[in-house]
Amino acid sequence: MTTATGYAPHRTLPLRVEIVRQFKRRRTLGMFALLLALPWILVIAFEVGPEPTTQAQSALRLSDLATESGLNFAAFALSVSASFLLVVAVALFCGDTVSSEANWSSLRYLLAAPVPRDRLLRQKLIVALGYSAAAVICLPLMALLAGTLAFGWDDIQVPGTGEVIPAFDMLPRFGIVIGYALVSQLVVAALAFLVSTMTDSPLGAVGGAVGLWIVCTILQAVEALGVLREFLPTFWNNAWTDALLPELDWSGMARGASVSITYAAILLAVAFRRFRRKDVVS
Amino acid sequence: MKRVAAVVAVLALIGVTTWLVWPSAPEARGQDQQITVVDGPADDQRVELDTTFFPPPGGGKAPAVLLAHGFGGSKQSMRDQAVRLAEQGYAVLTWSARGFGRSTGQIALNSPDYEVKDVKQLIDWLAKRPEVQLDASNDPRVGMAGGSYGGAIALMTAAHDQRVDAIVPQITWSDLADALFPNAAAPPTGGTQAAQPTSEAQPASSSPAADQPAGVASGVFKRMWAGIFFGQGVSLDTMSLLGGRESVGPLTAEQARCGRFMPAICDIYQQVAKDGRASPEAVELLRKSSPITVAGQIKAPTLLIQGQRDSLFPLGHADANAKAIAAAGTPVSLAWFDGGHDGGNGEADWLFDQSAAWFARHLKGEESAPAVSAFTVTRDGGRDPGTRQRIRLHPEADSYPGLAGSGTSTVELSGPEQNIVNPPGGAPASISTVPGIGGLLGGQNSPGVSIDMPGQSATFESRPLTTPLQLTGSPTVKVKVSGKGEATLFAKLYDVADDAQPPTLPAGLVAPVRVTIPEGSGSAEATISLPAVDHRFAAGHRLRLVVTTTDMGYATPVEPATYQVSLAANSLTVPTVGTLAAAPTGVAWWVWAMPLGAVVIAAILLATGRTTSRTRLRPAPVTSSDGPGVTKLTAEVNGTTAGGGSSAGAADDGLAVGTKSGDVNGVSAAGVADDGLAVGTDAGMPGRPTSASGDVNGRGADTGDASGGYTGAGDADVPLEISGLTKAYRNGELAVDGLSFRVERGQVLGLLGPNGAGKTTTMRMMMGLIHPDAGEIRIFGERVTPGAPVLSRLGSFVEGPGFLPHLSGRDNIQLYWAATGRPKADAHFDEALEIANLGKALDRAVRTYSQGMRQRLAIAQAMLGLPDLLVLDEPTNGLDPPQIREMREVLKRYARDGRTVIVSSHMLAEVEQACSHVVVMRRGRLVSTGPVSTLLGSAAVTNGHGPRLEDVFLDLIGDKT
Repeated sequence: MTTATGYAPHRTLPLRVEIVRQFKRRRTLGMFALLLALPWILVIAFEVGPEPTTQAQSALRLSDLATESGLNFAAFALSVSASFLLVVAVALFCGDTVSSEANWSSLRYLLAAPVPRDRLLRQKLIVALGYSAAAVICLPLMALLAGTLAFGWDDIQVPGTGEVIPAFDMLPRFGIVIGYALVSQLVVAALAFLVSTMTDSPLGAVGGAVGLWIVCTILQAVEALGVLREFLPTFWNNAWTDALLPELDWSGMARGASVSITYAAILLAVAFRRFRRKDVVS
Repeated sequence: MKRVAAVVAVLALIGVTTWLVWPSAPEARGQDQQITVVDGPADDQRVELDTTFFPPPGGGKAPAVLLAHGFGGSKQSMRDQAVRLAEQGYAVLTWSARGFGRSTGQIALNSPDYEVKDVKQLIDWLAKRPEVQLDASNDPRVGMAGGSYGGAIALMTAAHDQRVDAIVPQITWSDLADALFPNAAAPPTGGTQAAQPTSEAQPASSSPAADQPAGVASGVFKRMWAGIFFGQGVSLDTMSLLGGRESVGPLTAEQARCGRFMPAICDIYQQVAKDGRASPEAVELLRKSSPITVAGQIKAPTLLIQGQRDSLFPLGHADANAKAIAAAGTPVSLAWFDGGHDGGNGEADWLFDQSAAWFARHLKGEESAPAVSAFTVTRDGGRDPGTRQRIRLHPEADSYPGLAGSGTSTVELSGPEQNIVNPPGGAPASISTVPGIGGLLGGQNSPGVSIDMPGQSATFESRPLTTPLQLTGSPTVKVKVSGKGEATLFAKLYDVADDAQPPTLPAGLVAPVRVTIPEGSGSAEATISLPAVDHRFAAGHRLRLVVTTTDMGYATPVEPATYQVSLAANSLTVPTVGTLAAAPTGVAWWVWAMPLGAVVIAAILLATGRTTSRTRLRPAPVTSSDGPGVTKLTAEVNGTTAGGGSSAGAADDGLAVGTKSGDVNGVSAAGVADDGLAVGTDAGMPGRPTSASGDVNGRGADTGDASGGYTGAGDADVPLEISGLTKAYRNGELAVDGLSFRVERGQVLGLLGPNGAGKTTTMRMMMGLIHPDAGEIRIFGERVTPGAPVLSRLGSFVEGPGFLPHLSGRDNIQLYWAATGRPKADAHFDEALEIANLGKALDRAVRTYSQGMRQRLAIAQAMLGLPDLLVLDEPTNGLDPPQIREMREVLKRYARDGRTVIVSSHMLAEVEQACSHVVVMRRGRLVSTGPVSTLLGSAAVTNGHGPRLEDVFLDLIGDKT
């Protein structure tokens, strides 16, 4: 008898257990509360603000059209939050997951339970990605709900040209938008997760991932880098707007997904490799 | 980490060095030279041409390319292009044409008698150069390229000198007369120059004026462009407008009048500009300088590059040239690029690539050179989704269909007959393009300014398009004009999106028409060829035909007049070229290659990281004869058995000492034995692999490879066996140094040592949290590795509790057990929680707990499932005396059931009372081990009372004061 009765490595740390462990955290609940409240705050802001007097703009911006319909509003809400809020949310869920355990000292007891290290990371990654996905999805869905209640269920008006696309034709496109937002956040998730396995300070992990993200955004502004910028993980962040064009254009999203998956795969592999050999001293 | 950083640094260094040392392509250097040529109708005028020759930088013989500059430029304008071309392996000659730059002579507008003769002699000169590849004696392999004025000389020279092997004329004219006096109307009896089939090209010897088409004679004078063209002051080259022109000092009266034009040309221009009419002499002169008259003689493969935004030499000129050259059987390709005289040079790189490909194929004869299609059009591809930069598509067709397109669609226009007036003096005039600076004002891609004056324009509009319409070529429409005399009109075709946005005039082009209304009939019909453009009308947009009486760029009558304009036929014929298809760009290769590569790299990273590394720190070099890297146990731990089984070989003091032979101190095995420290043989432990622990050499082979030889050979009945355990801090200092001991079933072992003795590090290694650098730990015979299944039999509490603060104590305990994946029934929650003794606090969040409560909860967690081996680090910290006492009983009771407990503590009194055995460590090494009673017995009785563990301990660690 080399193991305790009933012990099997593949049964350790079930997803359900990890979900419960993470769910009751104030951080989790607070982030979801913020994401779910944001659309309503935006609705109030649009309702309170004065009506724009002129509509005769040559290039219609997404924000000009936000109050046209629920779908327009949801697209607007996504566009204002995708660049930073969702990044922070994803970095929080993925950067916090291992480092907070290390911070609470509970990591060593899990490892000595024993939960095999690869399995621990795998289960935690799945749950963190799940929470991240829930965050990315819940915001536009709530925005859709809030926008539809506030501005009605109308056809979507496309930014730029102002063309109108029937709402039900647009719903699948909206799914593409959310799907792409998920994929493009994968690199943030992987980065935060990697930092999470290297530090026992949760804020350090989240801040490190967000910080690198900011550095990439700044580098992106350096025109002199030329084509190299296309390989920055932040570069294709807004490519999902192509899904709202009258003619769906995949090329930007394909490149963005490619870059994101590339970084994510390597970062995650490094995370697993490092953690496997790491001395857990926290 | 340091190693990674070092690797990165080395790679970076290698990269930078390679980049610096990498041989760059040799630089092309120009040689300035004055070449004297003789020209003129009688070959009697000597002209000094200022030239620069760029030999092929690679050496050897290479094809030559003559690069001709545009109007108002000089050889300097071609320098960059020349260098670039030379670096591709050509001998390049640039020169300032006569009348430009530092060359002498006067401008003769690419006349066969002057400029063409000059260039022929440049080719003679090239033929004598050793760097230039020859086709035959005095026949170099030579190509020509140039824009505008330089493009025309390329065409003219190729027609007059068969030695030229390939040409790339850009944005140039076919008929200078037609360029300056265009007439887009085809009256029933005549045709415009552009529409006239030029394939029946007349022999060059015939007088051009003889078959002068009606169009030119009645053409509308393009006065602004003509003024710029002829005026000395402004150059065609918009870039030189912004500065950089060579200043030539104050002008003489003659220079001010005619600049550097030949007086004859100057005189004719002044006459024409005054009248606004093409006189026969003017037409003859302009025709002399027009490639269309001689294009049939061109045998050199020709790539014609014409600008889509060019109101001076619109696409019709390239069309006429192409047809004339192709009619003679010479290969011709056309490219309509995004630019022209009205601005836009964004495609300079693409143009260069096309030219280079053309020369590579036709001068170097490289079959592998990229093919240039017969017809290429630059189209707007929208914005790149990521860079937000404009992208240009280059759809291609295998044949050039001409301006009438390969197919046509018909768009219905409607509108009533409308009155329009020609204002007195022709002002204010409608605006379509501002010649020369239209591109500067309007920017690269904005539609530019186009304004129609009210009252001067008749408008005919289509219904909104149901499908997009791609117009490629010159649309035609038939209009009826009523009035008197000769009507000068301008037709334009707008793209109207909606009422909110101003209509766009594609390329800012207009078609000037002169319609002569026969006396007495009161009206005339004319078919208007609208400007040739490539434009996409989106669905929902409308086409709007506007006919105006004025345009700023043209000379219009000063007499007021009124006309009625209506559609003679309701249909607008729109040429389309369906075969134009963008080369399939597809997704960039890296889009799919990069993630695949990343997944492969990730797999490699994971696969190579799978071996549990025990190689970070090899055991200290062993000096013994057993060879390097061998860890030997000189003394096996004395397994003083719990049941007090016979310890046959035990020494008097009963201390069994384990240490590592070959250690840095060089204590030999024999030496250890000699020191009198007992080397125990455990006869009471059946199944031990070796019992003769004193036999140093005999055990060498067995323990030599701790990681290999022992695997699976451990004793499943020994709860804990540590051998040769070594762990270094990051700075190299040893935290645990060659530690070996063994714990038997039913023992309560106290692990003692001062701070920094390595107790906690040892416990962490027992839990598989940190990797030993050498040696190993076996629990129930299984080697401990991270996550080893045998750890499920270990309960641990090390360095303080670890709970999720937001969950209650009960949730923490239950979720922890759930995380082990073991059946709930095995947990023995009640027994564990009884030990925790938290009462109602069990359902409060852990963050509200006191230190002692957490401590107890953590011990309870360690005891979940009643593990066979319990490891507790300082368990009594934070407990009050009754709790300490209770804990002591718990531990004793726990061990009595055949389980094993290891406790580390500073509280020696506690250890003395709770533990059956102790292991004393100091600075990572084992100092002493054995039953408490034995240890106490060995101590000298001091101070009158019985031996205390404290004294023994202080004695052992050598810290007795």
